[in-house]
Amino acid sequence: MPLQTPPLRGIHADRGAKFTEFGGWDMPVEFDSIQTEHRAVREDVGIFDVSHMGQIHVTGPDATTLMQRLTTNDVTRLEVGDAQYAAITDEEGLIIDDTVVYRLPDEDGQPTYLFVPNAGTDEATHERWIGYRNDLELEATVDNQTDEYAMFALQGPDAADLLEDVADGSPTDLGRFEAAYATVAGVECWTARTGYTGEDGFELVVPWTEAETVWSRLECQPCGLGARDTLRIEAGLLLAGQEFDLESNPRTPYEAGIGFAVDLDTEFVGRDALVEANEDGVEEQLVGFQLIDRGVPRHGYDITNAEGRVIGKVTSGTMSPTLEQPIGLGYVPVEYADPGTTLQVVVRGRSKKARVETTPFIDTA
Amino acid sequence: MSFDVPDDRRYRESHEWALPTDDGIRIGITDFAQDELGDVVFVELPDEGESIAQDEEFGVIESIKAVSDLYAPVGGEVLTVNEELFDSPELVNEDALGEGWMLEIEGADETELEALLSADEYEDQIA
Repeated sequence: MPLQTPPLRGIHADRGAKFTEFGGWDMPVEFDSIQTEHRAVREDVGIFDVSHMGQIHVTGPDATTLMQRLTTNDVTRLEVGDAQYAAITDEEGLIIDDTVVYRLPDEDGQPTYLFVPNAGTDEATHERWIGYRNDLELEATVDNQTDEYAMFALQGPDAADLLEDVADGSPTDLGRFEAAYATVAGVECWTARTGYTGEDGFELVVPWTEAETVWSRLECQPCGLGARDTLRIEAGLLLAGQEFDLESNPRTPYEAGIGFAVDLDTEFVGRDALVEANEDGVEEQLVGFQLIDRGVPRHGYDITNAEGRVIGKVTSGTMSPTLEQPIGLGYVPVEYADPGTTLQVVVRGRSKKARVETTPFIDTA
Repeated sequence: MSFDVPDDRRYRESHEWALPTDDGIRIGITDFAQDELGDVVFVELPDEGESIAQDEEFGVIESIKAVSDLYAPVGGEVLTVNEELFDSPELVNEDALGEGWMLEIEGADETELEALLSADEYEDQIA
């Protein structure tokens, strides 16, 4: 299957980007260097093309009910312009995907939502929504708009200043997890104060055909998926396919540390299983750790206890550009999950000492 | 993008170079390789005095995004390792062909060196 390409593929290539396949998309992984891009976001501002993220639009009299049934958080709490992090779980309460749900202004007097599934999952997610809508006989329109919108993430302590310069009005009045339509570089964009880096910043949903206009006006360090990964690991945020994966790493939101995004008082697919899981408590949980010995933890490496018995696996790891220390995330039995606990990570056959740390690893905005 | 491929040394297909010096043969990775890897954060090298054979894995290089084995372009005994790289692995990015060298080995077989790629041949490979 050919890779999907973001609207600015050519512009990124001209800028010297290296590309990688991610979720079926051909995306820029690095423009200058991961450290340079990472530092720009922590200290100043950087911009990411995240057009590989899905956009699914739901509207109609029963839109709220449909969203409530298929996401773990309480959608009824959202007023127009609110954003909410949620998981999408199966009947067993296992995470299929994580997402941000935005309440858009009502369309034709009906509640309207936009939500952003992860790269490559938009078609399956769209089908899931249609299937449940039909089975539950709900009145709602579900559109997969992934190919109609680009998405940019402007992130870093100076993101608000830069956006202010380019936008009409003051999208920078938005609070964290608030969103609104705003005119950016003359283009109406859904503008949300959200992100995936641990910094202040904005995510812009931009009409595909206007992508270049907006991108070119938001002049700052372009950043690729490489820096996006190191930034989110430092912030302790989950990556679909690594910290959870229905096939290779099935996890409940509680194990993955996102129980805050589960509202058991709502009616959603997976709720009954999660009520039980919540009562039983977790046996394993996601922890952050720092390697004390030299080396770099990587996805799939074994985690052992101090005596060398394998107790878990690394889900993500990197050399942290901010801390200049090797850090990672992984699942361990709860008795090993307290910060300060000594573990070992097996790096190419050699045991390297590690210590459980609280996440986020850095101070976040 | 063009990469520096000096013709004073010879190259292995896996992107290591071998440069004859007064003491032996110096080994490192190419400019192309450091660019592909991106920010180098960790280098693992053999101890001095160890023997390595041609084509053997002699170490590991890690960048933020990838981990890669290092293969010996020629065999011999490790005379010196560039310990600067343990504290400053970024030297590999800054100067892969110079300050970012990795090993110096002695007792290499001349025919092993000749069997490697010339600068022109290597340049064709990465073109």
